Amino acid sequence: MHDSGKIIGGLVIFVAGLTFPFWFTLAAGQADYRPDPERPTGQKHCVEDTAYMKAWHMDLLDHWRDEVVRNGQRVYLPDKRWPCSRDEDCTGGFCQQGICRYDMSLTNNCLECHRSRARFCDRCHDYLEVKPYCWDCHLAPEEE
Amino acid sequence: MDESRRNFLKVAGSAAVGAAWAVPVVKALAGGGKTQTWPGGRAARRWALVIDVNKCSSPAVQRACAEACHRVHNVPHVPEHKHEVKWIWSTGFENAFPEQAHHDYRRDLLENPVMVLCNHCERPPCVRVCPTQATFKRPDGVVMMDMHRCIGCRYCIAACPYGARSFNWEDPLKYLDHPRPDYPHRTKGVVEKCTFCTERLARGLEPACVEAAVRVAGPGAMVFGDVGDPNSAVSQLLRTKTTLRRKPGLGTEPHVFYVV
Repeated sequence: MHDSGKIIGGLVIFVAGLTFPFWFTLAAGQADYRPDPERPTGQKHCVEDTAYMKAWHMDLLDHWRDEVVRNGQRVYLPDKRWPCSRDEDCTGGFCQQGICRYDMSLTNNCLECHRSRARFCDRCHDYLEVKPYCWDCHLAPEEE
Repeated sequence: MDESRRNFLKVAGSAAVGAAWAVPVVKALAGGGKTQTWPGGRAARRWALVIDVNKCSSPAVQRACAEACHRVHNVPHVPEHKHEVKWIWSTGFENAFPEQAHHDYRRDLLENPVMVLCNHCERPPCVRVCPTQATFKRPDGVVMMDMHRCIGCRYCIAACPYGARSFNWEDPLKYLDHPRPDYPHRTKGVVEKCTFCTERLARGLEPACVEAAVRVAGPGAMVFGDVGDPNSAVSQLLRTKTTLRRKPGLGTEPHVFYVV
């Protein structure tokens, strides 16, 4: 063991470099940072439960896309049967037989409530470094 | 644990059968709720469009139709001719109907341009050549584009005998002054064309060009409807008037008809 000093020193530098993001965020006081997308005001519920939307919105949108473009179906009847008495109770949709039904459309439904892409969608997407290509073609009503 | 081969195979087999059942069930549950069509939406066995060439002969009518279509669908106005994108446009009668027209054809027909668009063929060559099934024929006859699947290979452009398809050589957003958020625009590198306004039919509306033609040129200038229904207005028109289809010899069976 002639080079133990170099090896151990090198290992220390290597581990320090590897863990740099962790202690850097700790030092910056950002360890408990969570993205805070802007919730729409005056709305009682999304098309499905918030927990479901948080976890599965991308699958729901993929499903909607295929239903609309390939199968010509445009109306979504949520698993969660939201009761309603008139169309105003279901933003982005309509009331039929006392249950909300929704337009399967990113721009004509989702973005009717979540009007700003920058203050809703991007806040989580940027944090997680995901870059969905929705925005190549779909426009939010309030672009910034 | 003393496990015999027989018992192991039993357990493994039933687990495999169970998994095979569980996969679609889980998928169905994860997929969320059910889907349906919009109330008041229009459905048909076979959509078709009838254009009255005489009523739609003026440039004002043709411009109104193209502008209405291109406005609601965010079709960019690209100045560079080789890069232009169009869903419905005007062309000379002899270009639209090279198999029918000749130099001593009816003067009034030869002198005025006609409106042309995707013919929504019964046997669409574009659909046959598309390697990703980005373009496909719906059961109601609409030849549809799925922009999410288009890889921009342009086989469909080569296959279409009517020049009905445009390629986005440039970012279309550059040429849209006021893009509408209610209809997606396209991206550089995809092919686009007329979709018979499926998004408007689903809401019970007429296609944008038909609405504009009727507004400017009066009722009957363009008629849209179901040729699968013998009592529909289009079926009755086709039975009683002389109509042309573009390049009938190719056997594509266009479903845009021209009353001459």
